[in-house]
Amino acid sequence: MTSSTRNNQAALPASDAAPDEVVIDCRVEKIFYGNFLAVRDSHLPILKNRITGFIGPSGCGKSTVLKSINRMNDLVRNFRFYGHIHFEGQDLYDKKVDPVTVRRHIGMVFQQPNPFSMSIYENVAFGLRLNRYRGDYDARVEEALRRAALWDEVKDKLRNNGMSLSGGQQQRLCIARAIATRPPVLLMDEPCSALDPIATRQVEELMVELKKDYTLVIVTHNMQQAQRVADRTAFFSVDITRGGRTGYLVEMGETTELFANPGEELTREYLSGQFS
Amino acid sequence: MASPETDRKAGAGGSICRPPTAADRLADRVFRGLTCAFAWLTLLLIGYIVWRIGGTALPAMKRLGIGFLTGTTWDPNQQKYGILPEIWGTLYSSLLALSIGGFFGVAIAIFLSEDFLPDRIRVVLKATVELLAAIPSVVYGLWGIYILIPMIRPLANWLHVHLGWLPFFSTSLTGPGMFPAALVLSIMILPTVAAISQDALGAIPARTREAAFGLGATRWETILRVLLPTASRGIFSALVLGFGRALGETMALAMLIGNSNRLTLSLFSPADTLAALLALNFPEASNLEVGVLMYAAVILLTITLLVNIAGEMIISFSARPGGGRS
Repeated sequence: MTSSTRNNQAALPASDAAPDEVVIDCRVEKIFYGNFLAVRDSHLPILKNRITGFIGPSGCGKSTVLKSINRMNDLVRNFRFYGHIHFEGQDLYDKKVDPVTVRRHIGMVFQQPNPFSMSIYENVAFGLRLNRYRGDYDARVEEALRRAALWDEVKDKLRNNGMSLSGGQQQRLCIARAIATRPPVLLMDEPCSALDPIATRQVEELMVELKKDYTLVIVTHNMQQAQRVADRTAFFSVDITRGGRTGYLVEMGETTELFANPGEELTREYLSGQFS
Repeated sequence: MASPETDRKAGAGGSICRPPTAADRLADRVFRGLTCAFAWLTLLLIGYIVWRIGGTALPAMKRLGIGFLTGTTWDPNQQKYGILPEIWGTLYSSLLALSIGGFFGVAIAIFLSEDFLPDRIRVVLKATVELLAAIPSVVYGLWGIYILIPMIRPLANWLHVHLGWLPFFSTSLTGPGMFPAALVLSIMILPTVAAISQDALGAIPARTREAAFGLGATRWETILRVLLPTASRGIFSALVLGFGRALGETMALAMLIGNSNRLTLSLFSPADTLAALLALNFPEASNLEVGVLMYAAVILLTITLLVNIAGEMIISFSARPGGGRS
């Protein structure tokens, strides 16, 4: 399959920097919801301290793959995953692995801002408490809020309810909540789709800032956003030839390379807006 | 016949948009007027009831004064009336019922709303719990007398023998009493608490659960740390409503509590409540006693109103933007 050959090329060391380290090696064979084959045959190596963008038309399985990485899909009834996702020397779908533990190591930011109906402080401290952190909560909360570029706006109202913030602030609060425990990987499922352009720009700047310490994977339906923030981009498409609507990875590579010089006709058509 | 000109005016470009007709406007006003009238009628009705009861109670109020609330004897022959044991019995039985029924009601609500069960079984269970509310009060009373009391008597008497030094177990259970009454009462308020708590939990958006699971919370951590606090206002309303229902419940209590004018902490001793007092004394009441019963009714009404108002106030003071049940 063409996708895998291209993957291998892309996974080679970048020309100048040190060899890229693969943090998550995601090899999807098949993902089912009940009898519905949602995604097939997609190999996605996620590189450390990079932003990997998933793009593609609706129903191409990009969110499904993303949510498989931290096993959020286990919450969906009748979800079945065939394949392997290697992270820190573990297969995340090994029977011995507890999905709850996976989610504590691989954080997630959702499409809709979803702060808890509790104070801003408690929202950020939530993960710390879950992990039974015994240290300076105030310092951790402040650090997370600073990193999420929200501190200056909320430092005087940490006791206010997280729901009282604006949409963009709520999303940054959710990012602060996700990074407070410093998970090495952060997944973001269309994190800006509910935000206005200014808030979108703030969150995008934040992502670029965060990649110094975190590995980020974002799903976006906005190709400009992928170009602005993603170092590497994976393009998914929908296969309707076999009667279903099955998503699969078409190709994956450095963003600049993929947009300037797509290896597949399908990618070229989609990126130039000719996709039907 | 319409000229081409008026034709064009009336239906420019084939548009069928029209202002509402006079009949539409009239129907709208009549409907609004009716709903408004019925809303005010409710208020008027409450006012009228309170006024009439208060009026009938007035002679007794003047005669007995505030001592009615602190007196402990009820003796129509000597015209001595006091309802402190009944006030105590009402609050005690309702609080007991609230703690038992509230605990199980919320537990049931969690179990039925948090995806523990296949849908089909859940629907059946939910309907069963709601069915508890359909059982007539008098049937609960009979069941309590002939089945529940004999069933719990061995346990109650064991507790009395072994833990009798605790004020709660200081008497033995010989027949009707506080504990069986409170148990039945808790079953009676269970469906109310369960149904409203379930609504409150169900109103939490799915993305809140997702957020908790996404951070690596287990199911119990999600329920205890996120869902229950988020639904706390709704659950609190459920408890207030359940408490209100327990305060006013009459028939089952009149049958089960023993109707004895006693002021005691003991769970197994007979006691009395305001509602039971009213139900059992009105057939033989004559002039002054009618007033006395009305006075007691005013007190019961005041207690239930206070509980509901206090509940409403706590709920609205804890109102949080975007939080709670919305």
